[in-house]
Amino acid sequence: MSGSEKLTSLSSELDLDRPNLEDYLPSGSSIQEPHGKLRLRDLLDISPALTEAAGAIVDDSFTRCFKSNPPEPWNWNVYLFPLWCCGVVVRYLILFPGRVIVLTVGWIIFLSSFIPVHFLLKGHDNLRKKLERFLVELICSFFVASWTGVVKYHGPRPSMRPKQVFVANHTSMIDFIILEQMTAFAVIMQKHPGWVGLLQKTILESVGCIWFNRAEAKDREIVARKLREHVQGTDNNPLLIFPEGTCVNNHYTVMFKKGAFELGCTVCPIAIKYNKIFVDAFWNSRKQSFTMHLLQLMTSWAVVCDVWYLEPQNLKPGETPIEFAERVRDIISVRAGLKKVPWDGYLKYSRPSPKHREQKQQSFAESMLRRLEEK
Amino acid sequence: MGQAPSMLTQYDIEEVQEHCNNLFSQQEIVSLYQRFCQLDRNAKGFISADEFLSVPEFAMNPLSQRLLKMVDGLNFKDFVAFLSAFSAKATIQHKIEFIFRVYDSDSNGKVSFNDILEVLRDLSGSFLSDKQREQVLSQVLAETGYTKESYLMLDDFIKVLGSSDLKIEVEVPVD
Repeated sequence: MSGSEKLTSLSSELDLDRPNLEDYLPSGSSIQEPHGKLRLRDLLDISPALTEAAGAIVDDSFTRCFKSNPPEPWNWNVYLFPLWCCGVVVRYLILFPGRVIVLTVGWIIFLSSFIPVHFLLKGHDNLRKKLERFLVELICSFFVASWTGVVKYHGPRPSMRPKQVFVANHTSMIDFIILEQMTAFAVIMQKHPGWVGLLQKTILESVGCIWFNRAEAKDREIVARKLREHVQGTDNNPLLIFPEGTCVNNHYTVMFKKGAFELGCTVCPIAIKYNKIFVDAFWNSRKQSFTMHLLQLMTSWAVVCDVWYLEPQNLKPGETPIEFAERVRDIISVRAGLKKVPWDGYLKYSRPSPKHREQKQQSFAESMLRRLEEK
Repeated sequence: MGQAPSMLTQYDIEEVQEHCNNLFSQQEIVSLYQRFCQLDRNAKGFISADEFLSVPEFAMNPLSQRLLKMVDGLNFKDFVAFLSAFSAKATIQHKIEFIFRVYDSDSNGKVSFNDILEVLRDLSGSFLSDKQREQVLSQVLAETGYTKESYLMLDDFIKVLGSSDLKIEVEVPVD
């Protein structure tokens, strides 16, 4: 597999956060342990492995997580079609320009306040930070208004206390904007190219952001250290982490990376669920650039979602960080009505580690040797 | 079906159904087509090896490389024909033929001692030594009346495997 050679070193490091897959796989896929003396037909019968492989070709739970499900077209008959056309006209010619104006006004206000505050108040850090936080929340509100975001927040607002992190399920980068408009979180993000990267470097720096680069293997330790430093500081903004590590289509959750759960802090789960009737907010980064995604949102009717701030959780005695991560994932999935799958989101970018294949090979070898002994 | 259009016509579906000997229903063929288009990311009309390996469940399978050789680059019609061995309606003979094809990697119509060893190597990896594998295989072959030099044909496979109940079935999700 020539293309993936440079990625195998990354996947072997990701091994460390992967719990035993066999605990998760549905019982239907576990192969019946064969018994009895080993005969030629048992050796030749490769049907379990074949069935699994063919099953994976026909349908697999990993690809399902990243499938964008377009809503059923409803404009298919002679009465509905003109109605839909009117809708298109309203959305593209009335709503869209209006939203662009709102966004432009928002940016003007923001930049004309942020730049002076940032440079002139260099000496008065406390006041500067407060104002910058307020301004970031403001521009996020403008963004949300530009898609006519209807966000219903449930639960108590996050408080600024040290030694706590917030974790949420991830559907699109707009998750961050929606949460940011209520509280100026510091966030940990993948470094992006283009105008998003520029925003990351300038404005998000002011609320405190940590960058990572998925493609760099050594990055994990550096990031883990930065995370720890951030949560220890009393003055830093509360940290928001998306432990899935990638955008998922809001019907499933993939495995949470344990990094957020071994910082020795309280973990406050946040569940986000988008209402698909209005727009599918899943950002399929393989199919669309972020700009196209934003434009798609700005030409839809509305972005409707629910945000639940759930009860803070602590590591239970005797619980490993991975078990803690799975427990929190369970809490979030149940609240937002998402199904859990036992896959690591990074498999989008790399091949599974050889460890899994080796587990299967090992159980086959052991079964064979055992049956050889039987009379 | 080289262009991979996003909609299958009734003619297309019937053509594919005939090609796979009616082992899949028309609804299953439509579902399989959706799956095919999902895996074939840039609508080339076939699924490349890389795209198959992007399904983690498939990549983890010990027989994935062998199956890849059989399924790489197939167009949709042949893809369905390949999968037809896994239909519930397929005969035991059809399924055994499929297994035979997996063993007979050089497609010369006969499976040698070494061919079986190769498959065993895929399935057991580094957890058995070559010597152990040879030993087990010789022993088991001898019990059934074959030797190391024997070549197994399809008929031998049918004789050996025909009596056991082979569970090779995959359900095509139809929404």
